[in-house]
This record gives sequence, structure tokens and C-alpha cells, in this order.
Amino acid sequence: MKNVIEQLKKKREKKQQESKHYISKEQIKATAKENNRIIKQMEKQNNRKNVDESEYITQMRDPNNVVEFDNLHAYFYTDAGVVKAVDGVSFDVPKRSIVGVVGESGCGKSVTSLALMKLMAQPTGQIAKGEIRYNAKDGKAYNIAKVPREDMNKIRGKEMAMIFQEPMTSLNPVFRIGEQLDEVLFLHFPGISKEEAKQKSIAMLKTVNIAMPESIYSRYPHELSGGMRQRVMIAMALLCDPNLIIADEPTTALDVTIQAQILDLLRNIKNDINGSIMLITHDLGVIAEMADYVVVMYAGRIIEKGTVREIFKNPVHPYTVGLQKSIPALSSGEEKLYTIPGTVPNPINLPDYCYFRDRCEKRFGKCNGAYPETVQISPTHFAACYLVDEMKTEIKEKLKEVDKNAKKQQRKN
Amino acid sequence: MPKNNNEKIENIVEENKLASPLQEKKNKPILVVENLKKYFPLGSSWFQKQKHYVKAVDGVSFTIDEGKTLGVVGESGCGKTTLGRTILRLHSITDGKVMYDDIDLRTISKKEMTKLRPKIQIIFQDPYSSLSPRMTIGEIIGEAVRQHKIVPKEEFRDYIIETMRLCGLPAYYYSRYPHEFSGGQRQRISIARSLALKPDLIICDEPVSALDVSIQAQIINLLVELQEKMKITYIFISHDLSVVEYISDEIMVMYLGNVVEHGTTEQIFKNTMHPYTKALLSAVPIPDPDTKKQRIILTGDIPSPANPPKGCKFHTRCAQCMEVCKTVDPKFKEYEPGHKVACHLYPQD
Repeated sequence: MKNVIEQLKKKREKKQQESKHYISKEQIKATAKENNRIIKQMEKQNNRKNVDESEYITQMRDPNNVVEFDNLHAYFYTDAGVVKAVDGVSFDVPKRSIVGVVGESGCGKSVTSLALMKLMAQPTGQIAKGEIRYNAKDGKAYNIAKVPREDMNKIRGKEMAMIFQEPMTSLNPVFRIGEQLDEVLFLHFPGISKEEAKQKSIAMLKTVNIAMPESIYSRYPHELSGGMRQRVMIAMALLCDPNLIIADEPTTALDVTIQAQILDLLRNIKNDINGSIMLITHDLGVIAEMADYVVVMYAGRIIEKGTVREIFKNPVHPYTVGLQKSIPALSSGEEKLYTIPGTVPNPINLPDYCYFRDRCEKRFGKCNGAYPETVQISPTHFAACYLVDEMKTEIKEKLKEVDKNAKKQQRKN
Repeated sequence: MPKNNNEKIENIVEENKLASPLQEKKNKPILVVENLKKYFPLGSSWFQKQKHYVKAVDGVSFTIDEGKTLGVVGESGCGKTTLGRTILRLHSITDGKVMYDDIDLRTISKKEMTKLRPKIQIIFQDPYSSLSPRMTIGEIIGEAVRQHKIVPKEEFRDYIIETMRLCGLPAYYYSRYPHEFSGGQRQRISIARSLALKPDLIICDEPVSALDVSIQAQIINLLVELQEKMKITYIFISHDLSVVEYISDEIMVMYLGNVVEHGTTEQIFKNTMHPYTKALLSAVPIPDPDTKKQRIILTGDIPSPANPPKGCKFHTRCAQCMEVCKTVDPKFKEYEPGHKVACHLYPQD
């Protein structure tokens, strides 16, 4: 008998050890209860009506920026735990520029943009901490994180617009293109007549280079090709003459030839509307071509940011370097592709050391410490890596050279 | 006009027929495809005869040698996926020949085809929908192995684990389910599944398009490694030119069901002849902010394959379109050894 009981005990212990990776029912219940409490509080704040403006009007740090992300934390309160999708992100989108956000899937680049539009899947998705300052057309600066839902509806679409990845799922299949375009105008310009709206919509379809805009106006989304649908989406975004366009993987679902068309269009539009574009993509080629500034994200944090030339010519963080090396470049003649070993860490149980350490080839003793702080390398170039300190002397020399070259050029000019 | 066209098409076919035996002497081809056609009927009704067709693949011919990789490139809707599936007879073949080791895949019976299946395998694009969520990884990889009796029962488990190890999957994944894995791992499972049958030819239908850059590189390296180890032949279907350039020995560019250019990777990239290939190449964004290249931006979309334009199918979007292009189908001719182009810009006789 004793033997049998001991054996059973051992079996149970083994099972318990095995199930360490999984969450028990009790744990789920406890986290769900705690999360529900937090969510309720936040939703209450969000759903208030007739809130005084002074509560969310702030001051921009630099009036030349359209958007300033300041230590943004965007969490998803799920039953399995808190998913820290965006965990302390700060960067600026200057006026009249294209800022590219790159990263692998699940790194939080889309959530950053959704937080800016306040479109995160609610009620689980909430901005937990931090500020997003937005410089409106009328000169006011809004703190988007605190703007309640009612007032956000006035800003969203009119002040900033979004172009989504899949044009088919973001257009409503049961309404004609024209109806969907006019709806935007009816919402944001109350009192506009039907005729005016139609004219405006058709004019906008023309500006995005759609042939025969009158006939497209009265068609259904399924009658258009992918490229055309994406053009309609862009037209819709432009209708209210926004200050900022957020393009979330606008060309990922399209062919290369159509991608070239759409990118060309976006570039022209940026010049026309005199606004900024926040371009989110995982394609480094697109970023190199379009962006002025680049933000590289990994597991919810920014690991490196700077101008395009800094990121592509002088990358510091091993992840940025690895990403660039792992693309099969046209006509490069490499023998074997560089790979970054392993995969992105689980966003629920993130380690307390550098998130990239386990995949990093250049890790050393210091990397076992806390998550590295962001270090400034040049006025515009930042990176979060312990290697920066090691390389600082090297970089300083390089920077000196760059400065020298710049000065030389200035003299020449 | 149509008569002329027909004659010309027949001529092209004859040319191809003449060309293929010559190549056979040089190397041992594993797959010979001749004038393969796949038409999908449109608008069939009870009273009308089916008259309209979507010509998804319209007269494609090529040969692949053993241990080589053929890249197939083109925009969506150009018929590259249909080509892959038709070769496998996942779609019935409308017309033409698919010769695998001197066996015509079109004429053999279903039973015989089933016997041949382990030799020709496919890896699908979307690793999320191509794995059954109710089966463990071991079962997914082993299902076909058991069916085709590749190994005796006693060695089954060891064989599966060995295959998994080859594809970079640890043995303890054997009894796990697909939902526990990321996209890259799932694609490894798909590769292991087709590899377990000891195939000669694998058709890779956009195996890396759904993956992130860093994972994409891992999968491509794995495919290349396996090819070196086991001498597998690949047909690599993709819309990403840089990936295709990296992995392929030969490249075939398709447009609306036709092959417009076919040559070795070097010929296609260094001596690009067809305007469509040129446009495709120039549209690829380069991850270097300093290279600003002259871009050929194609106007408009790919025409509907149900109603393709007359003459050269590309003439509606071609920057160098001439009068001839609008009426006469260009011949698919060889201009360099192994480099074939169908375009009126080059001498047709």
C-alpha cells in the first residue's frame, strides 16, 4: 500500500512541475478580477461627458512637433495577465516629415499608433501611463491619453487619419464607395449638403489618381482591385485635410508594382497637405525609401531611433544590425543569409534584463543587469544597449569625422 | 487574326518541343512541363454551354534539373500558385504535359498518382491555416508517412523525431499542438511534413511571405541547407524578388498566365530583357537611403484574366508599347542560351 501511495504522490508532483508553464484556474480568476477592477476605473474616466477642456490641454515640448509620445505605456489587461504591448515609448513626429516605425510582428508598433488614435481594443486595451501630446491645427495641444471618448471623436478622422493594412476589411462591403466617403464629411462638417459632399469626394478620388472617379464613386468595394481600394482608403483619410496620417502597413497586402504606385502617391500627398506621416511597416526597404526618421521597436520598447541615414548607415543596436543583415539584398551575392537566432519573448512574462539578450550575439557580462537605459549617441540618434558605452569612444571619433565632413561641405557651399 | 495567333502558338509549341530534347542530353531533368494549361470555367449554367474561361495558366513550358531551384515570380493573379497546384494535380490539368521521370502526370490514374505523391510535395503559404489544430505535431508530420509506409512501424517515432531535428525542431515538440507555436516554427513543421516523405521535388508556394524578416532568413537558410544535404529540387513561388534571387538557379517571370521571361538568375538580374521584368525589379524597395534609383512605375492594375487584352497581354501597362503589341502575340523565343523572352522589342524571326 505504502508503495502505491508514494508512487501516486510522485506522479502528482511530476504533474505539478510540468504544469508550471500553464496557469491554473484559480490564478486566472484572480488576475481577471484584479484586471476588471482596473479596467472599470479607466473606462469610467473615458466615458465621462462634458469634460472641461483644461483637463486635457497641455503644452507641446517643441511647437515644431505634431505628436510627442512621452513614456507611453499601453497595456492589454487579459485574463492570462497584463500584456505590456507598449512599455515606455517616447519619440516625436516633427512637422512635415515622415517617421517610420519598424519592428517584427508583436513588437507593439501597431498598438502605438492605435493608442494615438484611441482605437485600442477596448475595454481590455488601455493607456496605462504616459502622455501623447498632439499639436492640433488650431494651435491647441491635446493630451490624447486623457481626452475622453466623446471629445476624441472630434479629433479622430478630422485632425489625424489612419490608413489600415487590409483595404478589403476596412471598407464596408455593403455600401458604395461614395456613401462611405460622404459619411466622413457628414460627420465632421455638419450641415454640408449632399451635392457638396459628392463633389468633394469625387475631387478627392481624382487627387489619389483614380481614373473615372465618377463611376468609382457609385461602385462597391468588391468591384475594385487591391491597389484601387487602398487609394480609396487614402482618399478617405485625406477628406478632412488632416494634420497627420498614420499609415499602418499600407502596402503589405499589395504587389511590388502596386506598392511602388502607392508609396509614390503617399510621398506626393505629404507635400500637398503639408502634414506628417507616421509610417508603420516591417519592410526596411520601404522605410529607407520613404522615412526621414526611423524608430526601431522590439518587444514593446524602442531600442534605437534616429534619422534614416543614422539607422541604416551607422546602426548601433545588435537587433537593428541583424535585421538589416537578414534581408536578402538584390544582387549582393552573399553565400548565406544572416539570421537572428530564436524568437521574440512572450509579452506577458518579459524578463527583467535586456529583452534581446537571449538572441544577441554580442552579449557580455553587463547584459545580465537591468534593462539598459536609452543613451544618446548624436543629437538625433538614441539607442538602448550596453554596447553603446563600449563603443562610445569609437562613435565619438566617427561623429567627429562626420562633423568635419559637414563643415567642409558648408564651407564649399 | 485568331487563325494567325493559333498558328503562332502552335509554332511556339513546336519550338519548345524541339528545344526540350536538346536540354535533356545536357542534364537529367526531373520535371518537364510542356504547354501546360489550366482553364477555370466561368458562369456555367444549366442551359448554356460553358464558353468563357479564366485562363489561369495558359501554355507554360519549362524543365527543371535535379537539385536545382526554379523561382516563379509575378504579381498576384498571374497564375503562379495555380501553376504549382496544377503540376501536383491538385487542380485537374486542362491541356499539356507534365512529365515527372518520364511519367505523364496527366494521363495516369488517381491511384497511381497517390503512389507518386510522396515524391512531389508542397509547402503552403499560410502556416496558420495549413496545419490541423486538432493533431499533435508528431501526427501532422507522421500522417502521410504512415499512409505511404515510408518506414516500418517500429521505427516510426524515431524517424519523425529525426526529421524534426533536421528541420530545427526539438524532440519534445512531438506531442504538442500547432497553436503553441509561432509562425516561423509552424513553417518549419510544414517543411518537416513534406520532408518526411523523402520527396524529390518540393513546390514551395510563398513559404516565407507570411513571416517576419528575421524568421524569413531562418526558413530560407533551412531550405537551402536541406537542398544541399538531400539534393531536393524546388519550385519556389514568390512575389518577393530579393528572396527569389537569393534562392533560385533559374527564374521564370509570369504575367497573366503566360511566361514572359525565363532564364538563369544571373541573366534575369544582369541582362533583364522584358519591360515587365524591368518594372518588377525597379519596384523593389532597397534598404539603403542613399541609393535613389530611377523607378519605372507601372500604371494601372493587372487586367482581369477572364478578359485578357489582345496581342501582348502586357501592352496595356507597358511603357514601350508599339502598334504591333496591341494585335500580335509575341513569340516566346530564346535570345541567349537558356534565356527566353516574349516581347516585340526583340527580333521575332
